[in-house]
Amino acid sequence: MELFQYALNNLDLLLTRTIEHISLVGVAVGIATLTGVPIGIAITKSERLARGVLYLASIIVTIPSIALFGIMIPILSLIGQGIGYLPAVIAVLLYSQLPIIRNTYTAINNVDPALREAARGIGMSPNQRLRMVEIPLAVPVIMAGVRTAVVLNIGVMAIAAYIGAGGLGTFISRGISQSDPRQLIVGAVAVSLLAIIVDYALLAVQKWLTPKGMEKAVSTA
Amino acid sequence: MIQLDSLTKVFDTPKGAVVAADHISMEVSAGEICILLGPSGCGKTTTLKMINRIIRPTSGKVYIDGEDTTGMNTQELRRNIGYVIQQIGLFPNMTIEENITVVPKLLGWDRAHYKERAREMMAMIALEPDAFLKRYPSELSGGQQQRIGVARALAADPPVMLMDEPFGAIDPINRAVIQDEFLKMQQELNKTIMFVSHDIDEAIKMGDRIAVFREGKLVQYSTPDDLLAAPKNAFVESFLGEDRALKRLNLVKVREIVSDDIGTVTPGDTLEKALAKIDDFGYQNSILMINDQRQPAGIITRSVARTTKGYCRDHFQNIPATVNLEDDLRKVASLMFAHDTTWLPCVDDEGRVCGQITQRAMTRHLGSRFRAREGDIREANATTGE
Repeated sequence: MELFQYALNNLDLLLTRTIEHISLVGVAVGIATLTGVPIGIAITKSERLARGVLYLASIIVTIPSIALFGIMIPILSLIGQGIGYLPAVIAVLLYSQLPIIRNTYTAINNVDPALREAARGIGMSPNQRLRMVEIPLAVPVIMAGVRTAVVLNIGVMAIAAYIGAGGLGTFISRGISQSDPRQLIVGAVAVSLLAIIVDYALLAVQKWLTPKGMEKAVSTA
Repeated sequence: MIQLDSLTKVFDTPKGAVVAADHISMEVSAGEICILLGPSGCGKTTTLKMINRIIRPTSGKVYIDGEDTTGMNTQELRRNIGYVIQQIGLFPNMTIEENITVVPKLLGWDRAHYKERAREMMAMIALEPDAFLKRYPSELSGGQQQRIGVARALAADPPVMLMDEPFGAIDPINRAVIQDEFLKMQQELNKTIMFVSHDIDEAIKMGDRIAVFREGKLVQYSTPDDLLAAPKNAFVESFLGEDRALKRLNLVKVREIVSDDIGTVTPGDTLEKALAKIDDFGYQNSILMINDQRQPAGIITRSVARTTKGYCRDHFQNIPATVNLEDDLRKVASLMFAHDTTWLPCVDDEGRVCGQITQRAMTRHLGSRFRAREGDIREANATTGE
């Protein structure tokens, strides 16, 4: 009850922090999609390159977020951005690469060879094949990668409050430092709820982007 | 017209070089269907796919309508060759209309033109345009999907088509229907077609010519009838099967061996006269009775004619069956076996008797080619023996 009261009293702040959180993750994953999808497509051309890139992306994900922030502080301090918005976005951008690149690569690679042969046989150029056949067919799986990245990084972004990036993590870090369970729990619950809601919202987007003729195939997958 | 000149493909495998197609030279005349036939791994598919460069030839040349394709742009070449594959390969993200119009779009046709073309194609493959154009491939049955696959290949009206076991994944009943439809379309379209199959019956049915492959080599290239009558070697013979003489029944029409020398009686004739005619014509068991429009009315059997007095009209039996001039001998043979008879009356399209077909005439016709060949061999042996 006390928690509920606290949340109500601080509704404005809660809303501001939520928007901050969403925009941080949104910008970072947005940029990550713009880089990850082309990389994922590019590495389908060479299996060796693909192994290398995916290995590198996997290593990045194994670095604990707090350590990654630590590494970035001295480097980004050179341009006066050691803490705050920029390192938070960069960290999320890096973490997002693996699910997005991996899903794009898998999806393009798994396009039915018969479809690829049909596309070649009727005279599509490699670019036309990508644009008209391979990418549309890969969209559901690519979007699933984006969803994974978003949900994963809503959690990571909570920790970015420690380097002053803002977001819902501020409630948690203050709750700990001020020994205030109300702030702590409200922050934690808000982060969790946000992750769940965004996941469902993106699922709807994924369904909307899925080519119409493939809906059956997706729901059975 | 398609010409292959020493077309060769060598695959480098870990076990060494494998020659998948070995100096294949052949020519398919304009408007003909050529079936590439053989067991799996014989090089028929490799040969087909080298024509549109899905597989790049190691050496040799492909000419289409007399023009060397070697220097042509690959995409442009493919857009002018219809391509149908066994897995159909319709794009699931596109509607039927988008699938059919994909090549015209690549060729830069304007919208009204290719939309119109999609409707034309649907009419050609006998699917209702309004019911199907806006639907997706996953909503169609396998047979319908392959019809669309054929329509897609034909949409830009290419002079040449390549078909890689196009009907192989369709159930036997639908396959026969779709084969018939395709042959009917081909009569109007007159495309030059290369068609891969491993099914001898399909090859005989669909092919104007059949090319038999074995281990990367073209073994025999001839018309279905020549192939069945005179297989070049033991491999072709065994591949065609022990019943290859029976398979030829499909290829011969009643018209080719019908005899117009048929004895008949009329209802007003006496049985005595019928018996005399049976003997005159040398019939074993019976003679045909016709009405005044020359339509078959019944048969008079020898035993009845010999033992009974009276008129034919009172003592005839039903005719077991009649055959049409356009029927093939397979149907005739089947009817003869079913009704335990050695001859059947033939009727024209108006139902008038125009002759008879006998088991003797059928076996004589089929056997003449075999005998001719045996004669050749004897002659050849005789000359080499000298």
